[in-house]
Amino acid sequence: MSNTKPSLTVLAWGAVALVALAAVMIFVVAPEDADQGFSQKIFYVHVPIALTAYACFGLGAWKAFRLLATRGERYDLESYTGVHLGTIFGVLTLVTGAIWAKASWGVWWTWSSNQLVLFLVLFLFYCAYFMLRFSVEPGPRRERISAVYALFGVALIPVSFFAIRLANDFIHPTVFTREGPQMTGEMFAAFCVSWASITLLAYVMYRVELAGKRTDANLRELREALQP
Amino acid sequence: MSAYLADVAALARKDLKLELRARDTLPAMLLFVLSTLVVFHFALPADAGEDAAYGLLWVALVFTALLGLARAWVAEREAGALDGLVLAPSDRSAIWLGKTLATLAFLAAAELVALPAFVVFFAPLDASALGGVVLASIGICAVGSLVSAMAAAARGREVLLPLLFLPLAIPLVVGGVGASISPDPGTYLAFLGLYDAVFAILSWAAFEYVVTE
Amino acid sequence: MDDALVLRASGLERRYGSRAVLRGISFDLPRLGALVVTGPNGSGKTTLLRLLVGLAAPTRGTLEIAVDRGRVGYVGHEPILYRELTALENLDLFGRLYRVPERRERIGMLLERYGLWDARAERVSAFSRGMTQRLALCRALLHEPALLVLDEPHSALDEDGAVLLDGELVSLAETCALVVATHTPERLDGVATTRLALGRS
Repeated sequence: MSNTKPSLTVLAWGAVALVALAAVMIFVVAPEDADQGFSQKIFYVHVPIALTAYACFGLGAWKAFRLLATRGERYDLESYTGVHLGTIFGVLTLVTGAIWAKASWGVWWTWSSNQLVLFLVLFLFYCAYFMLRFSVEPGPRRERISAVYALFGVALIPVSFFAIRLANDFIHPTVFTREGPQMTGEMFAAFCVSWASITLLAYVMYRVELAGKRTDANLRELREALQP
Repeated sequence: MSAYLADVAALARKDLKLELRARDTLPAMLLFVLSTLVVFHFALPADAGEDAAYGLLWVALVFTALLGLARAWVAEREAGALDGLVLAPSDRSAIWLGKTLATLAFLAAAELVALPAFVVFFAPLDASALGGVVLASIGICAVGSLVSAMAAAARGREVLLPLLFLPLAIPLVVGGVGASISPDPGTYLAFLGLYDAVFAILSWAAFEYVVTE
Repeated sequence: MDDALVLRASGLERRYGSRAVLRGISFDLPRLGALVVTGPNGSGKTTLLRLLVGLAAPTRGTLEIAVDRGRVGYVGHEPILYRELTALENLDLFGRLYRVPERRERIGMLLERYGLWDARAERVSAFSRGMTQRLALCRALLHEPALLVLDEPHSALDEDGAVLLDGELVSLAETCALVVATHTPERLDGVATTRLALGRS
């Protein structure tokens, strides 16, 4: 535990530095978009956050799979932390998406943004994950049920995406459309730096949260063992 | 293989027998779906189109299914029978498949009442709409049986089941409504088939992990 | 594991979250041995038996069993039956799942032996507690298990049923391994080969 701490501190500072660099690139280096103006800049934050949320859910599902395949003790907390972080980034996706929608079209929400609707569905799904987890007694049963549900989550992502596309195709035809910004070189660079910074930030948060949860668990175990 | 199917048949038969004796779940589902359709008549404004009615049909079907799913594992919990099924040398996925088939039978029975009522109260249903109902019902029962077993292991299971189930049911509703109102129902039916394949296989494989430690 | 053993437990531990219900349990059970488990309520007897049967997995330690699932019989605190099915229907279902050969004959024989033949077409919900427990025993014995695990089997039985069970255990001990958790270990004095006392440690 102690020999990873220095590297975690380094990573944390690295994340801070990278985020600062990203901010500079977004506000100073990248030019303003011809169509959407200043509000387009939230794209540099919104899309990486969404991608990171997907990555976190994917990580949670991968750890869940490892848990079911190998029964390793560590995977439960790792899967849970992945899902937890994914949910946090998912909420941020919805928030940044709403800000962007308000800036672009004057509405806080639109059903025509497939990505946003998908995140809404996932948000509901993963909220249910936490309700499930805290309704079952701690133990191997809870670990396995949580793992199965996390795996269902990632299966739901592409299926839901298709469903939402189909729904918007006919049931709710698109009202607002948005072209992906035609990115110049500087815009692309700003996007990449922003994405890297948010990914690194997510990784640091993952490590920190996992370490905290492990310490909690060890403490509880110790307390139990010391009881007369 | 034939032993597996024999297990599934024995388990599904057991559920049908139990429902025939207790007669509590199926009548409740029938009454619920009829009542819901009547409520929807009053909930729809006068000038709402047919399309809105199809949407409400699917809401009625999903919530009627939830009613049935909530009771799916009650007999197993009563006197610890689920332990007995898990202990048996048969494949645990057979437990899921047997329960899914039985639940599907109950849902189909409810639909035999709901669909004619819908046609009489609201709007006609064509072949693709019915196809949507069939395919979506399979998906509902496949996923629902698994999720219901998860909820059964938890506290507050009556509340938990809808929370777990509804996000997973959203694609089914899209598929079903689309099959009813779209001029190109084939896409939606294919999508429902895809959902069924993916989630039935997932549920079949994952059930073991939900009922064992 | 030694060929003569049916069960070997080493350092079994079972915790729920941070609460340890069982700690450091080790024992060997020979193929025709009988293990009697005693201990106050809450000492983990039921948990241990569920581990042995496979309904729960140990959080630490190892458990080696020489027989597969289909050769294990279990009577727990709950009867593990369907209340709204008849005795015959219950046994028929489990007989199918366990692929019991000559199912009907075996069911008939067991129902007779345990005095339930006359009640065979009645639903379990109409049974007394003693009758339910006897039916649970029939269910556990249906497939001629090599390992029979019983959790306080006498507690639900009336005196007649308990005496019947004692006699049955004596003859069963000659053909299969037994694990019995009980509050009345004296009843099993004639059968027990190993004893394990669980306690709040």
